[in-house]
Amino acid sequence: MTRQSGIAQIDMEAERPHSRSFWRDAFAYILRDRLTLFAISVLLVATLICSLSPVVIEQVFGLEVNDTSIPDRFKQPGEDGYVLGTDQLGRDQLLRLIYGGRVSLTIAYLASVLTVFIGITLGLLAGYYGRRVDDLISWGINTLSAIPPLFLLLIAAAVWEPSTEVLIVVLAALGWVGTTRLVRGEVLSLKERDYVLAARALGASDFRILIYHILPNVFSIVMVTMTIIAGNLILTESGLSYLGMGIQPPTPTWGNMLTDSRSYLATGLHLIFTPGILIMITVLCFYLVGDGLRDALDPRRYQQ
Amino acid sequence: MIKYFLRRLLQAIPTFFGVTILSFLIILAAPGDPVAMITFSPNPSPEAIMAQRRQLGLDKPPLLQYLYWLIGNDWTKIDIDGDGEGDKRGERRGFLRGDLGQSIQHERPVMEVILRRVPATLRLGVSALVVGYSIGVTLGVLAAVFHRTWVDQIIRVISVIGNAVPAFWLGLLLIIIFGVQLDLLPISGMRNITQRGPQSLGDALRHMILPVSVLSLNTIAFISRFTRTQILEVLQQDYVRSAYAKGLQTKVVWFRHALRNGLLPVATFLGPSIGTLLAGAVIIEQVFQWPGMGKLIIDAVFIRNYPLVMGSVVIASVMYIIGVLLSDIMYVILDPRIRLE
Repeated sequence: MTRQSGIAQIDMEAERPHSRSFWRDAFAYILRDRLTLFAISVLLVATLICSLSPVVIEQVFGLEVNDTSIPDRFKQPGEDGYVLGTDQLGRDQLLRLIYGGRVSLTIAYLASVLTVFIGITLGLLAGYYGRRVDDLISWGINTLSAIPPLFLLLIAAAVWEPSTEVLIVVLAALGWVGTTRLVRGEVLSLKERDYVLAARALGASDFRILIYHILPNVFSIVMVTMTIIAGNLILTESGLSYLGMGIQPPTPTWGNMLTDSRSYLATGLHLIFTPGILIMITVLCFYLVGDGLRDALDPRRYQQ
Repeated sequence: MIKYFLRRLLQAIPTFFGVTILSFLIILAAPGDPVAMITFSPNPSPEAIMAQRRQLGLDKPPLLQYLYWLIGNDWTKIDIDGDGEGDKRGERRGFLRGDLGQSIQHERPVMEVILRRVPATLRLGVSALVVGYSIGVTLGVLAAVFHRTWVDQIIRVISVIGNAVPAFWLGLLLIIIFGVQLDLLPISGMRNITQRGPQSLGDALRHMILPVSVLSLNTIAFISRFTRTQILEVLQQDYVRSAYAKGLQTKVVWFRHALRNGLLPVATFLGPSIGTLLAGAVIIEQVFQWPGMGKLIIDAVFIRNYPLVMGSVVIASVMYIIGVLLSDIMYVILDPRIRLE
């Protein structure tokens, strides 16, 4: 580095408020990133509506989501006070969408956390210990990625006829491969760094090195993957439900609300648009947040 | 080269066993009686069920069941008519010799049932791959050429939405728009090309338009982003700067230097794409009632036809493993740096 550019850098430093930690800096970056902020707020609002309004609906209005009313079948949106119309059994589409969102979002949040947890754990072990452990875990990675993802999920879902909880576990148990591969690769290079050597020289245990020295360094990329995974999970879950293999009716999910839609293309067009649009918006927001996080957490952006 | 090929082939073996063991374990862990669902009589007698179980080898310990499935029963007799006595050696030949057992539902060998469906899925998958790659690469190159302009932005939006839209829903929308409202395209089923002359070819193609467009969307979305990144990275390389510096025309630099190198990694994604397409086909085939493997496995899973389920998973995985193997080999052929190592 020439002397001049060194000075230029010092000047830039001086303009900054003062050095901030990596995470606070990323946070500040996101606060300036309008698109990501927008996506985050959409997700927050959706989450709040889906988690809080069922209580209000049941307690205040005394409505039940699966109340059928045959005279009210296929009401168009806005007709007779049904904001989004009714379905083939006269159930309120809006209520069903809210309840369906609760299932989809629960699965997205919990299953992505569980997936990432399994992924990190196996990735750390495989990358750090190498040899047999690595061989075994890599074998698992190769095996799971050789099976088209939906095939195994279909079987598992059909076999166990899942509740939400079981589905979350199944999705995580089959979905950790990508995270593990990523973390393993990072750990392979991180464990050769000097600070790991220094920690070992000070007598740190393997566990301590993994948790306090290596994990924080892979955490930022893992957070990006986690949001992407959450988006993918919503797509997977809805696809599975659409096929009739996910959460079973009458519990509504955005996917299984569309299962029978082919049979009422003529009378129930309004029933087809809304669940799909909600899936798309939610997935899009998760992806956008992932993109925003990637930029915010990328140390290389200082070089530009 | 041959050495590399053999090594890759050897590496595929543990993966293959992993796949078979895993699918076997899931089915083994299934609660409920696998036989009750497939015997079809609403109230099967206990004797009939027992006979069925013996015939499928379900009364044997799991490891033995797995061995039957994998290599057959040459060394021991199994009870075919279910009278409690072993009848025949080598009744089952095992997967390694091309026997996946019998599908009771179809009254045919599982292998035959699956192989009949493979061409339909391949037709859908290969078309989607061709369409997806050609459009994806074109968009990706355009985005790289017009980097940071509105073209780039539009292509980015297309790819983000293409990833986020649920395939089955898009399929339903297209059915509504082009099948029902405009009445332009058929909304379900498949036609054979070989039936009657050019008209049947047109008909077959018309049946493919909707499913292929939906199935290729994911590939388009992914490949366009990937191509863009790769080319932009290559354009930063020193040899591109040298090419410009020695006075080559932009056209030559792009086609001979940037595209050739940038598209190389894109080409290697052909293999892994097969997995994505097979998975996508499961949903698309259901939406468009396309008679391929995806629809077969859904139907099989519904009635718990386990030999068929297991067979489809393994065949699909073998297709995927072969695809990845081929694309690895293609990479070696295309990229001299790896070939010479």
